[in-house]
Amino acid sequence: MAEIGTPVRRREDYRFLTGQGTYTDDINRPRQLYAYILRSPHANARIAGIDTSPAAKAAGVVAIYTGKDLEADGIGGLPCGWQIHSKDGSPMQEPPHPVLASGQVRHVGDPVAVVIADSLAQARDAAELVEVDYTVAPAVTDVADALKPGAPLVFPEVPGNICYDWHIGDPAVVDAALAKAARVVKLDLVNNRLVPNAMEPRSAIGDFDRATGEHTLYTTSQNPHVIRLLMGAFVLHIPEAKLRVVAPDVGGGFGSKIYHYAEEAIVTWAAAKLRRPVKWTADRVESFMSDAHGRDHVTHVELGLDKDGKFVALKVATLANMGAYLSTFATCVPTYLYATLLAGTYTTPVVYCEVKAVFTNTVPVDAYRGAGRPEATFLVERIVDCAADELGIDPAELRRKNFIPTDAYPYQTPVALQYDSGDYFSTLDLATKAADYAGFEARRREAAGRGKLRGIGIATYIEACGIAPSAVVGSLGARAGLFEAAAVRVHPTGSVTILTGSHSHGQGHETTFAQLVADGLGIPMDSIEIVHGDTAKIPYGMGTYGSRSLAVGGTAIIKAMDKIVAKGKKIAAHLLEAAEADIEFKDGQFSVAGTDRSKSFGEIALTAYVPHNFPHEELEPGLDETAFYDPKNFTFPSGAYVAEVEIDPDTGTLEICSFNASDDFGRIINPMIVAGQVHGGLAQGIGQALLEACVYDKATGQLLTASYNDYAMPRADNLPSFALSTHATLCTHNPLGVKGCGEAGAIGAPAAISNAIVDALKGLGVRHVEMPATPEKLWRAIHQHQTPLAAE
Amino acid sequence: MQQTVSLTVNGKPVSATVEGRTLLVQLLRETLGLTGTHVGCDTSQCGACVVHVDGEAVKSCTLLAVQAEGRAVRTIEDVADGDTLHPMQEAFRDNHALQCGFCTPGMIMSALDLVKNNPDPTDREIREYLEGNLCRCTGYHNIVLAIKAGAAAMKGAKVAAE
Repeated sequence: MAEIGTPVRRREDYRFLTGQGTYTDDINRPRQLYAYILRSPHANARIAGIDTSPAAKAAGVVAIYTGKDLEADGIGGLPCGWQIHSKDGSPMQEPPHPVLASGQVRHVGDPVAVVIADSLAQARDAAELVEVDYTVAPAVTDVADALKPGAPLVFPEVPGNICYDWHIGDPAVVDAALAKAARVVKLDLVNNRLVPNAMEPRSAIGDFDRATGEHTLYTTSQNPHVIRLLMGAFVLHIPEAKLRVVAPDVGGGFGSKIYHYAEEAIVTWAAAKLRRPVKWTADRVESFMSDAHGRDHVTHVELGLDKDGKFVALKVATLANMGAYLSTFATCVPTYLYATLLAGTYTTPVVYCEVKAVFTNTVPVDAYRGAGRPEATFLVERIVDCAADELGIDPAELRRKNFIPTDAYPYQTPVALQYDSGDYFSTLDLATKAADYAGFEARRREAAGRGKLRGIGIATYIEACGIAPSAVVGSLGARAGLFEAAAVRVHPTGSVTILTGSHSHGQGHETTFAQLVADGLGIPMDSIEIVHGDTAKIPYGMGTYGSRSLAVGGTAIIKAMDKIVAKGKKIAAHLLEAAEADIEFKDGQFSVAGTDRSKSFGEIALTAYVPHNFPHEELEPGLDETAFYDPKNFTFPSGAYVAEVEIDPDTGTLEICSFNASDDFGRIINPMIVAGQVHGGLAQGIGQALLEACVYDKATGQLLTASYNDYAMPRADNLPSFALSTHATLCTHNPLGVKGCGEAGAIGAPAAISNAIVDALKGLGVRHVEMPATPEKLWRAIHQHQTPLAAE
Repeated sequence: MQQTVSLTVNGKPVSATVEGRTLLVQLLRETLGLTGTHVGCDTSQCGACVVHVDGEAVKSCTLLAVQAEGRAVRTIEDVADGDTLHPMQEAFRDNHALQCGFCTPGMIMSALDLVKNNPDPTDREIREYLEGNLCRCTGYHNIVLAIKAGAAAMKGAKVAAE
């Protein structure tokens, strides 16, 4: 029987390995039409008029709609799910986010019109005949530029392009602590803009049943119930009971498929209007200019230390790019998912952070794997390394000196969060030992003998996962609850269907959750079916993001199983003519304690559905329970990563010689799946550190990196094999003791790699290299610093 | 302009009427319903659409359907032997070399092509060969392990058969 902690092979793999997966674009509905979205080629332009008449006459065209058609039907704008208040108490600026542009486009890729035809080729051909009269205006894509006086305004009603000017902490207290510090270390850094790039492009099919009035949306979503709520309530005004959202197999998300996108509303609305299914699938260029981007922070950080190297204060000022509109969760990313993590793994007693969120003429920016936590970790771990270098202290030693002691939990940070458990010393020990950190200087010398610059870098991280306690996030501006729901449906012959509101798009829920249920109910994995991704089947759900599936969704399943077992005990007590209090449940058997009298799980299930001998006065027939679980706190995975790199000074090319990761995820249900999650996160973190950059042309606002020819995705030959280890301290407030593992790699890797690079180049006087550290950037850093040194 | 194309797909002769601009991947997915072959980009970079044409790995987004006239195309749907997975598919499952599964068909088709030409590839050779196949989930670590294991299993099966 599958037990918790076993590397069970994935049950979902068979269909994916044989080409039998069902992704949204694999679905075709009878009489289906195809939508092509005409997008703005300009970053900022007024639309004087749109002439669709030549296109409407083209072969196969069924309809062409613009923003005016949506307005005529009273269609709302796309909502933002989190309201932030500025320092002065005023609510954030929340300008409209139309489904199709209304008189103005604000970024390259802004949807302007939709052409619907019998075939995609016909829709695409006809779109070329749509004449849009643009009056192009200057655009701004960079956060610092957007704040300059006289900068182009993304919205005339938003002065200075500032969405909000938020802060956390007491600036006077932090300034006083910095004034008294023995040393203040300062750094300016950029957290580079990224494109999530799930391999499956977004896709959506709208369908409408005239007989029942029911709308169905098939979509590439991480959270179908959230889409149903947002699109139904705020955009299309369809009650939940008449709107079904299906997120079938989804080919990766990494955050980008959390949000409610315009295309989902367009196909759902158009299908009802045309009484025919309408399908839209992004091509990759379209994905680059319409999927929410990630990161894009510009930050100044100051860390104060006392004479012994203890951190006394941290002060951070960040400009965060929101893009041209507020995506669903954009506003919470650079605030409550970012600044609340700035204590990191350390006892820094006071922290102040101010964040200006800025509108620009770029694609909206929202959560991407880690969401705020990679940005926090990057700056904390970079400034700690800068401090170690300035003080001449070994970076590992400086970290240990400032770690939160292992006996200090629960630990209240100065930035709102209370960590429930952790042990940063053990993960750092594991990673540094595995990396032979102590023996590094010999390897540096050996590499120098070959003319290579070798460096080693450490990053520790903490993240807040298991998102999130509804009351807490509600008080911080969230417009939704963040609980999770699950149903355990026991069938008459003892097989079990689990309906979960979590959504799997690669995480392997069908396996991990089945392990939980096999363990909890003492039945074979083969008797358990996990169902997710369909609002018509699942009671409710908030979906998958923020490493919450197991900690929140898994706990909801446990709570529902508890109800099943409790009812099963009552049934067993009746059948065994014993007191309910004497019934024990273990390994699938309900037994009278201290006797050999028992009933199997299957016998209890059958009795529940064939209730001839049943306590009808006390119980209803059936064995089917639902639970909603709202977490008590966030969970706090943590870890330590050690990267070793070698740089060729002649070419700037970099090789990752080793990457050692040690993580604390709490209890691990399936170690094989967890390792895979870490590998993937590391690849994305290393991609950010070395390869990936989303680049806009400042003069025109054009997106220059809009294909895989231009945006450097990590490929197999860019990456090393990874060495992983784990050290578990259990989460104290969920029954499984689990913390979450999905984002860790992307959070810790950028700082580990960047610290290794600076370590390799520090002999040349290099103090910081911005990400991505491409060969060109490294070559320039090396050669700019070599010349004066050579002259000395 | 509509044209007729005749080819063999997964061992069966097929004919279809296509436009001149129809890509092989569109013929496979849309006309023949073989949706195991995926489209992840439009610049022939991602490799989600790799199939075998006359035994060679080809990105089916870079070939017009009409160019497949008279040729033999094999897709992911034809790799398993009935319900029994091919040793390379089995190795991907054993080594957790797939997560969301979207790149997986292309990865498997590329892996089979690699092993056909290099039955005993090193880690470095596998990583270099996979340059044309993007995966965003796995970090490639387990894909490299899987292809090594799959290659060894295929070699073992060949020896056993001889």
